[in-house]
Amino acid sequence: MAGKRKLSERPGGGSSDVQWCFSQVKGAMDDDVAEADIISTVEFNHTGELLATGDKGGRVVIFQQEPESKNQPQCRGEYNVYSTFQSHEPEFDYLKSLEIEEKINKIRWLPQKNAAQFLLSTNDKTIKLWKISERDKRPEGYNLKEEDGRYRDPNSVTTLRVPVLRPMDLMVEASPRRVFANAHTYHINSISVNSDHETYLSADDLRINLWHLEITDRSFNIVDIKPANMEELTEVITAAEFHPDQCNTFVYSSSKGTIRLCDMRASALCDQHAKMFEEPEDPNNRSFFSEIISSISDVKFSHSGRYMMTRDYLSVKIWDLNMETRPVETYQVHEYLRSKLCSLYENDCIFDKFECCWNGNDSVVMTGSYNNFFRMFDRDYRQDVTFEASRENSKPRSVLKPRKISTGGKRKKDEISVDSLDFNKKILHTAWHPLDNIIAVATTNNLYIFQDKLN
Amino acid sequence: MSEQGEEMRTLEEQQEMEDKVISPEKAEEAKLKARYPHLGAKPGGSDFLRKRLQKGPKYFDSGDYNMAKAKMKNKQLPSAPTEKTEITGDHIPTPQDLPQRKTSIVASKLAV
Repeated sequence: MAGKRKLSERPGGGSSDVQWCFSQVKGAMDDDVAEADIISTVEFNHTGELLATGDKGGRVVIFQQEPESKNQPQCRGEYNVYSTFQSHEPEFDYLKSLEIEEKINKIRWLPQKNAAQFLLSTNDKTIKLWKISERDKRPEGYNLKEEDGRYRDPNSVTTLRVPVLRPMDLMVEASPRRVFANAHTYHINSISVNSDHETYLSADDLRINLWHLEITDRSFNIVDIKPANMEELTEVITAAEFHPDQCNTFVYSSSKGTIRLCDMRASALCDQHAKMFEEPEDPNNRSFFSEIISSISDVKFSHSGRYMMTRDYLSVKIWDLNMETRPVETYQVHEYLRSKLCSLYENDCIFDKFECCWNGNDSVVMTGSYNNFFRMFDRDYRQDVTFEASRENSKPRSVLKPRKISTGGKRKKDEISVDSLDFNKKILHTAWHPLDNIIAVATTNNLYIFQDKLN
Repeated sequence: MSEQGEEMRTLEEQQEMEDKVISPEKAEEAKLKARYPHLGAKPGGSDFLRKRLQKGPKYFDSGDYNMAKAKMKNKQLPSAPTEKTEITGDHIPTPQDLPQRKTSIVASKLAV
């Protein structure tokens, strides 16, 4: 891994050692956002060299980090467009008379095995395996064809000419290699590649299926929480993920705030969980909103595999897999919204699904909020910081200034009052480079890339 | 006896009032109930979840869906003039002669 920078000693969010700087922003500047341009997923590949985004229009755009230039060895390479393709198209479900959106819900990269890159992308119903390959040579000098493809008059062919490979401008091609369809009645919310690199899971509201990457005509159902009588439905699956190195273990979260860990060695159908993680609730504090805000919108294992993180509406919780009774750490993302729940319910914001992510060495976690704010929580130094992704702070290499929200009566200078937060500007998707302090933050239709300042 | 009962009731009311002061969540709940008195007590109930399971508008049939899509496309994209192909009935076209099928899909603005 020559040339790759190791994660710095104190990558943290709030400590004065790390300064986050604007690096790049992708996307249109205009305020009139077409629905198709809304970014719906962001994911780095396993080396961090590639960064993929999916949008509501079913398109995938992949950025590649330029190699560090010899002129500026201390400057990381920029991310430039590497490939873009239409992954999914809108379909019509004839039996239910419903549209199947082309929106890309999740992208997951496969670990690289050869020269080509592979990723899984999914909409509500269909998962596709895409191969992204480079072509930098082409054959020239065919015997029977002209260069433009037309066949030569056979009478004019008097000698044998063997084509030779000549260099050409780099072309990056994306082709769908597998289509995994017709296995989900409900809407797919998660896909997760197993550490065995052969299988992956896909989860919808009520079921989780296990697939083999080579086999598209069948999958195994491993979790089914659909009640016999739909009137008795009380919770749905909100996210699922395989353990990073135990190929038999996966977790799934629910709309009731619980996480179930399942072991595929125990039985073929993992309806019985091996562990259930739930924080006990104070019954006196229960309100109409309690269940809604406890719904887990994202679950992510730490890179170490020892912990997992969950995101509910107001907080991020870190769980030790060895302790089911309560999380080991809880971080408040925007507690000031608790006194706004009524209006957030009315404008549906209370149902927003925020994602969360770990940094490479699991010392810092990050998640998004409203007003294009995003938050980082440093677990080691117990510090947190709020930044804003906006065009105003987009001068190259300008250092991000921490933002403060004023909750009390007195609003200090530079603080933003809760009432002036823009709830249409939400950061739902963020990603952290697996090995370096580079983060990708998606606003509604723009992708921001920030890096820590290198001295 | 009845005095005790009255005392207990006022204690309950006091607790409720304290709750509203202590818990902003409960205050918000009260606000919501005031605005929507018919709102059911259980928000996580099956009706709520079932609505969540079916998202998107329901169309009458595929024709209805295609009409709706066409209307949306007309609004979003300006109509591109159809290309006049050079091929007439004079000769049998080969694949190389035919114009490439133009995709009607607009590229992502992130890829600019």
